[in-house]
Amino acid sequence: MAFPHRPDAPELPDFSMLKRLARDQLIYLLEQQHEVDKLYKVENKPVHSSSEQLCFLVRPRIKNMRYIANLVNTDKLAGRTRKYKVIFSPQKFYACEMVLEEEGIYGDVSCDEWAFSLLPLDVDLLSMELPEFFRDYFLEGDQRWINTVTQALHLLSTLYGSFPNCYGIGRCAKMSHELWRRLEEEEDCETKGRRPEIGHIFLLDRDVDFVTALCSQVVYEGLVDDTFRIKCGSVDFGPEVTSSDRSLKVLLNAEDKVFSEIRNEHFSNVFGFLSQKARNLQAQYDRRRGMDIKQMKNFVSQELKGLKQEHRLLSLHIGACESIMKKKTKQDFQELIKTEHALLEGFNIRESTSYIEEHIDRQVSPIESLRLLCLLSITENGLIPKDYRSLKTQYLQSYGPEHMLTFSNLRRAGLLTEQAPGDALTAVESKVSKLVTDKAAGKITDAFSSLGKRSNFRAISKKLNLIPRVDGEYDLKVPRDMAYVFSGAYVPLSCRIIEQVLERRSWQGLDEVVRLLNCSECAFTDMAKEEKASSEALRLILVVFLGGCTFSELSALRFLGREKGYRFIFLTTAVTNSARLMEAMSEMRA
Amino acid sequence: MPHSLTGRAGPAVAEVGAALRGGLGEEEMSRTKGDEEEYWNSSKFKAFTFDDEDDELSQLKESKRAVNSLRNFVDDDDDDDDDLERVSWSGEPVGSISWTIKETAANSGSTPEGREQKNRSSLSSTQLPKPTSTYSLSSFFKGRTRLGSFQSLSDALSDTPAKSYAPELGRPKGEYRDYSNDWSLSDTVRRLRKGKVCSLERFRSLQDKLQLLEEAVSMHDGNVITAVLIFLKRTLSKEILFRELEVRQVALRHLIHFLKEIGDQKLLLDLFRFLDRTEELALSHYREHLNIQDPEKRKDFLKTCIGLPFSAEDCAHVQDHYTLLERQIIIEAIDQNLESAGQTEIFRKHPRKASILNMPLVTTLFYSCFYHYTEAEGTFSSPVNLKKTFKIPDKQYVLTALAARAKLRAWHDVDALFTTKNWLGYTKKRAPIGFHRVVEILHKNSAPVQILQEYVNLVEDVDMKLNLATKFKCHDVVIDAYRDLKDRQQLVAYRSKVDKGSAEEEKIDAILSSSQIRWKN
Repeated sequence: MAFPHRPDAPELPDFSMLKRLARDQLIYLLEQQHEVDKLYKVENKPVHSSSEQLCFLVRPRIKNMRYIANLVNTDKLAGRTRKYKVIFSPQKFYACEMVLEEEGIYGDVSCDEWAFSLLPLDVDLLSMELPEFFRDYFLEGDQRWINTVTQALHLLSTLYGSFPNCYGIGRCAKMSHELWRRLEEEEDCETKGRRPEIGHIFLLDRDVDFVTALCSQVVYEGLVDDTFRIKCGSVDFGPEVTSSDRSLKVLLNAEDKVFSEIRNEHFSNVFGFLSQKARNLQAQYDRRRGMDIKQMKNFVSQELKGLKQEHRLLSLHIGACESIMKKKTKQDFQELIKTEHALLEGFNIRESTSYIEEHIDRQVSPIESLRLLCLLSITENGLIPKDYRSLKTQYLQSYGPEHMLTFSNLRRAGLLTEQAPGDALTAVESKVSKLVTDKAAGKITDAFSSLGKRSNFRAISKKLNLIPRVDGEYDLKVPRDMAYVFSGAYVPLSCRIIEQVLERRSWQGLDEVVRLLNCSECAFTDMAKEEKASSEALRLILVVFLGGCTFSELSALRFLGREKGYRFIFLTTAVTNSARLMEAMSEMRA
Repeated sequence: MPHSLTGRAGPAVAEVGAALRGGLGEEEMSRTKGDEEEYWNSSKFKAFTFDDEDDELSQLKESKRAVNSLRNFVDDDDDDDDDLERVSWSGEPVGSISWTIKETAANSGSTPEGREQKNRSSLSSTQLPKPTSTYSLSSFFKGRTRLGSFQSLSDALSDTPAKSYAPELGRPKGEYRDYSNDWSLSDTVRRLRKGKVCSLERFRSLQDKLQLLEEAVSMHDGNVITAVLIFLKRTLSKEILFRELEVRQVALRHLIHFLKEIGDQKLLLDLFRFLDRTEELALSHYREHLNIQDPEKRKDFLKTCIGLPFSAEDCAHVQDHYTLLERQIIIEAIDQNLESAGQTEIFRKHPRKASILNMPLVTTLFYSCFYHYTEAEGTFSSPVNLKKTFKIPDKQYVLTALAARAKLRAWHDVDALFTTKNWLGYTKKRAPIGFHRVVEILHKNSAPVQILQEYVNLVEDVDMKLNLATKFKCHDVVIDAYRDLKDRQQLVAYRSKVDKGSAEEEKIDAILSSSQIRWKN
């Protein structure tokens, strides 16, 4: 249970300074610069305030600019003068300025930037808190956040020394790496004298592995995220969990002693663990029976507080487990998992297809149905046209015709496609390439990156041995590989790639896999020549997920770290899961 | 909930992060009027007076730079990296966070001389901000020999890593060059990348513009690509712009996303038309209906979508969407009247929870099976009419009707749903969705055991039948099944699961003692 770290595992770098840096910047910005002393959440509604100054802390998005412009122009019409300040985080975009100018408030509003891009959610997890990265880049092809990523990487190398070994896969990873290297040259970093603290960095695009992100999560933290949604490292447990009439906001990280022991566990182990823990706790409470006054005094002053804290946490997580069980039983989770595993392994496709169809017909959650459709599509290299048409029609009938737009998005992102009957696609491509001059020829292909791609999941799975052959029962209590995060049925592709590359210290011998992943152009290695990284640093690996990672992936890599004596640190644009990915692709009513 | 910043160690950054993630975060400066005036007029923050913003902003910029240069001065002067605290002229420790905050307000057009003067005066009125923590953050960076590189990472003003030991000496010379328009192509793009104000006006020939665009694309920074595109959009005719972008797909994607975001629908549609991307054109037009709230107007808009060049399947979907909304408007009007008149039983017993407008087809069908089940096919609201109009598959229809009628506990209707007559007049039960599903749905709607039993019995697969019967406690079915299987042991075991002295127990006993059956065990 609850694997301790190996004694030889390297120490994690201290992220608390990042937190402190961000906090101090913000306080400085708000208090010192603008004398802000109250914070309100911006909602899209008029501000009822008699304040003479308004200060907005916003993401650089057009709709936020429109909202502010509306407000300012309403004030202007009413003959009211106020001072306005907009603080963009992490940076200002030119398109935002353009909108301010067009709306006639450029000059009425002054702008600042808060270069905040690294939020330490846990001792080994940094988040950029940019869930929009996924849609902006993987659907729209907008590269606006690449600069933010490189700034974050630059900051990290400034703090922890350069990274002697760098690997990456995916177009975005490659571009980020290039821009990052350029930035380091320009800034003429004097990090050379420093000993690197982190030996390896691995950049990975989300679209290299959609499958893992689409699966139902069964490790505790992932399950909590799928069920209750963890936001910024904390979760709101409703009355059904707290067994009181109040909701409770709970921070979930390594500091929660109960949580940190179960977060990476397969759910089936969690109950047993918690009840064992409860018994121990009871025993410790019971010790006070035979105590004399002095011992009792000691007990009360030294142990009781800790025990009470543990008691509180224990009852919360037990409550959460019960609530999860209730929900999962109701939605027939067993059946669902069975279907997912069948899809991953590629058998009984017909049966799985009708299972999904029934899901749709019965109007089970639209996001859930969409997720299963995508999983079917990616594992099967697209749906056969007849199925595609009929499932899409039924989907629109069950959840609304406007989802025509959602299907178009999913097709563009390569998440839900139709098996091409012949060469419909190449026709488009050849038509375009006729127009292409030689110079730009290289650029044409990437426009079709998602359209032209086949997911090749089955072949990749075979090559990388993602479906473990199991003789007898897979013992989830004593996991033997990363597949435990999916009940022993599937090793997460993303994590397997990382494992393989780290083992080889390069992409050597993985050519076929890289080709199947459609990444021949964008798998790279970048080694510093004469770096004298300590052996400790060389076992510390920063994994950067562009487009988000799931808690299951974190658990799997933590497991790998324990097996191999590495320690992983994670940087992600946001923590994600299947529902968030699907929502990002959905067109909802305005 | 408002979070007060004062009197706290600091705002929980995570909370602000969360607010940003949700889209927006807003702070309101809520000081009293008196306070405010005092604050804005105090010399300390003079630069923030907005009354004469051009001058004042530049002044702010200058003082800001002064502060920063001062830090340069302090840092460079102080090579002892072991020093934990940096001390300003006033003797107070210097917070080292100012360098990441850049003031990026527009440049004023004032002359350099004027700026220098202001620079000098603002310096005297500038104080260093109080540090938020006494333990200076700069100490975290010890081991790095100078802070210059870090500073220029985000500091908009120190363009060259100039070590200006005396800030009064004036602007870094790079600042002047901006006005002489002699930035090279790559310098221009580099400045744009750093978020600096940079005029693009000198790129007038098409070739220059395209080179600028290509340089931006080669840097991979979407913000810069978009900035160049905004410039190109303004200075090129759209035919030329479109033509050039057609062979520059990365830039093209950025323009499309930009147009979507700012809502320039007209240009977007023109672009799709030019590119001959007819399907995207149609979808993009169709998408607009989401912004129309009024149902009549939305319906009219959908009508304009019908002829658009969608794919064949989407053509049908759009047509259906229009027809559906048209129906819903009619049904809604009638039912609203019926409900408010209070004469119709079904509406009195089960008041409507929401309007049917803009609901999916299946929901509409459910609604119609719930409120209008017995209506003749001729009316728009009848289920059969919906089924025919939208070619709803049998399976889907049965599933929905079953759920609706079971909810009303109209078991007769449920029965009729699965009854078919053959040509000899015999009735037969048939379910396109399989009776095991029927049983589950009935159970979900808490159907009585007698009803459940009837349908469990219709499940063909014996194992599944037994399973369902056991799960839903249809004792008779279980008992009969074991009897038919001649499974004495199971039957004996099952005896313990029924109530003592019940009819079921008697039945089991009767079977067990029967001499007619040749048990297999």
